[in-house]
Amino acid sequence: MLEFVPRNNAIPDTSECIVLELIVISTINGVLFGMLLFLLSSGLTVIFSMMGVLNFAHASFYMLGAFFGFQLTRWIGFWPALVLAPLLVGAIGMAVERYGLRSIHKHGHVAELLLTFGLAFAIEEIVSMIWGKSPMDYRVPALLDFPAFTVFSTNYPAYKIFMLAVSGAIFVALLITLKRTRVGLIVQAALTHPNMVAHLGHNVGRVFMLVFGVGAALAGVAGVIAGPALVTQSDMATLLGPILFVVIVFGGLGSLSGAFIASLFIGLVQTFAVALNGSLAGAFGPLDPSFGPSIITDIWNVTISQIAPILPYVLLVLILIVRPMGLMGSRET
Amino acid sequence: MIDAATSVPKVVVTARAQRLRFYGVWVIAAVALIVLPFIFSSGGSLTSFSLIGISIIFALSYNILLGQTGLLSFGHAVHYGFGGFLAIHVMNAVTAHEWSIPLPFIPLFGGIGGLLLALVIGWVMTKRAGTVFAMISLGIGELVASSSLILRSVFGGESGITTDRTALPHMLGWSFGPQIQIYYLIAFWLMISAIAMYALTRTPLGRICNAVRDNPERVEFIGYDPHVVRYIAYGFAGFFAGIAGGLSAINFEIANSAYLGAAQSGIVLFATFIGGTAYFFGPILGAILVTYLQLGLTDVTTVWQLYFGIIFIGIVMFAPGGIAGLLMMHRPLVRSGTLGMVIPSYLVALVPTLALACGVILAIESVARYAQGEGSGSNIDLLGVPFNAASPLTWFAAAILIIGGFFVARISWRRIAQAWDRAATVARDRGYLA
Repeated sequence: MLEFVPRNNAIPDTSECIVLELIVISTINGVLFGMLLFLLSSGLTVIFSMMGVLNFAHASFYMLGAFFGFQLTRWIGFWPALVLAPLLVGAIGMAVERYGLRSIHKHGHVAELLLTFGLAFAIEEIVSMIWGKSPMDYRVPALLDFPAFTVFSTNYPAYKIFMLAVSGAIFVALLITLKRTRVGLIVQAALTHPNMVAHLGHNVGRVFMLVFGVGAALAGVAGVIAGPALVTQSDMATLLGPILFVVIVFGGLGSLSGAFIASLFIGLVQTFAVALNGSLAGAFGPLDPSFGPSIITDIWNVTISQIAPILPYVLLVLILIVRPMGLMGSRET
Repeated sequence: MIDAATSVPKVVVTARAQRLRFYGVWVIAAVALIVLPFIFSSGGSLTSFSLIGISIIFALSYNILLGQTGLLSFGHAVHYGFGGFLAIHVMNAVTAHEWSIPLPFIPLFGGIGGLLLALVIGWVMTKRAGTVFAMISLGIGELVASSSLILRSVFGGESGITTDRTALPHMLGWSFGPQIQIYYLIAFWLMISAIAMYALTRTPLGRICNAVRDNPERVEFIGYDPHVVRYIAYGFAGFFAGIAGGLSAINFEIANSAYLGAAQSGIVLFATFIGGTAYFFGPILGAILVTYLQLGLTDVTTVWQLYFGIIFIGIVMFAPGGIAGLLMMHRPLVRSGTLGMVIPSYLVALVPTLALACGVILAIESVARYAQGEGSGSNIDLLGVPFNAASPLTWFAAAILIIGGFFVARISWRRIAQAWDRAATVARDRGYLA
């Protein structure tokens, strides 16, 4: 599901042009995937650093966004859906915070994590109950269904440029809101000194609820715009969820800039890995047949694109060994 | 001891009675496991008992982490799966080389497999506790599960690896072909593992695990490294999960990548938490309930997993102690004889709560049938009463049951809380902690 490789990659064998093309296309795709990851991980990180809650259902909000987007596109068209679906998802997120997380806050963070885990499970079941388990026919809107530009021989779809623009715009808006506005000031203050903010007369509970809702809505936006480009299917949350956690652990828990770097990094790594077809056997020639079918031949023959799905987890293990607090994490909590 | 006996004989009597009761519980459990197949002798129930036995071991091993040490793992099934795969490979090797290792010892190899994996991955994982540990366990669980699909020669890819359990050397004249013999094998390992895991909770190690769960900083001050304690606990949990995996491999004669996957990890978390993590018998209850529901609900409804999710959310929100916690809450009331004060309010609350549950079930089933449309048909058979999922009447009934049931039930729940307070006050006055 994470393949951003252009569909018409009938790449002939040897040509420098082709290699360059692969690099250019994979870089754009990698940045795009990274920005999508950041749309999700930014919400997750802000919610985590504010409430200490690891929202296991965050990827489920992304999935809900995609399915709501798909259904609303059918009923009222893509553009209204792009606005409405994230609002709906945000409302669900706020309800989850208000009626779920807030009431079990007293039982500690593990209980909150378990609640969101149960929610993620239930949401997946509800989605597959309503929409079934097969992929949806969620199409790119006709307005954006044309090639934006041609790199060497590959047509790059305009819709992906649109995705890049939307996620970029949200990133900038988020940054300005958090750093330059009064709302952002209160949110930042509530992150570190919730009691003091409450003493100053702000309703911290409502701030939490709004942040949770905005985080969910951002995930919803990511779902709506990623739905047509990726596969909209009831297992999309299960596939993306663990990668999100890798991103925020890798970047350092609670660090927004860390989440940004990690999102881009993991997006690029995975996109390049999917595009590469090399293996040890390809590089050094086939293994001596005397090894027979064993672990060594398995490792020898596996291609880089095959190990792409596990690369984020390998990175997770590496960062835990080298720098347990993550890239930009400040403390070991 | 003799001194104590002569001076305060009453204390000795109660101590002896307690010890008798303590061992009595285990003896009763063992006897129950032995006679169970005589009472329910059909093939289906034997299979169910075998599965329940395996999942009890698995859930108890999980509770070493969650309940004892406070580590919430989302990837516990990797040890279960690893144990299963090692057991399969050992069984095949025993058959191929004609070693004299009979089948009953195979689960031990499963345990070793789980332990080895735990020792390898545990050091990195247990560096941190709490939420971070949960995320890391999820990531590493995915890593192991995905790697198993790449290393085909060991894990057999999608189809898995099979074996023949009857080809191993027989023991005591048992071939371990029939399910009844497998059941007794599982029951035997269940008793051994349960006793071992219970004993573990009573050792100084078990106590220091609890301390690490409750206050790692203080543990550090008294000279223990919480990381090492967590690591050791992780090793034990991996070992017993591996035994469960090995038994599962023997039971099904196959091990595949589903053993290692996130779904398996999720089920054991559900079982343990629904049962209750604070008491040793909690995961046992949970494993019995969840396995039973898993086997029973799949025949009745297509969306049984959704019910799991709802039950789990309900437990997390309203009874974080799980079923065991709910039961044990009543102990002081039973002892002080004030249980009668809350029972009427329970009975009153039962009606609207059941109505609410019926409404939810009706709504879920209607949506499920409606969405799936043709094929499954739109007629629901709910507890013998037929409904038409497409008719507005059904939807209306479901809405009435949910909304009405919820509001009436909420009143009755408040009544329970009031009755509970009164009963608890009386119990406290009579000297029983509530």
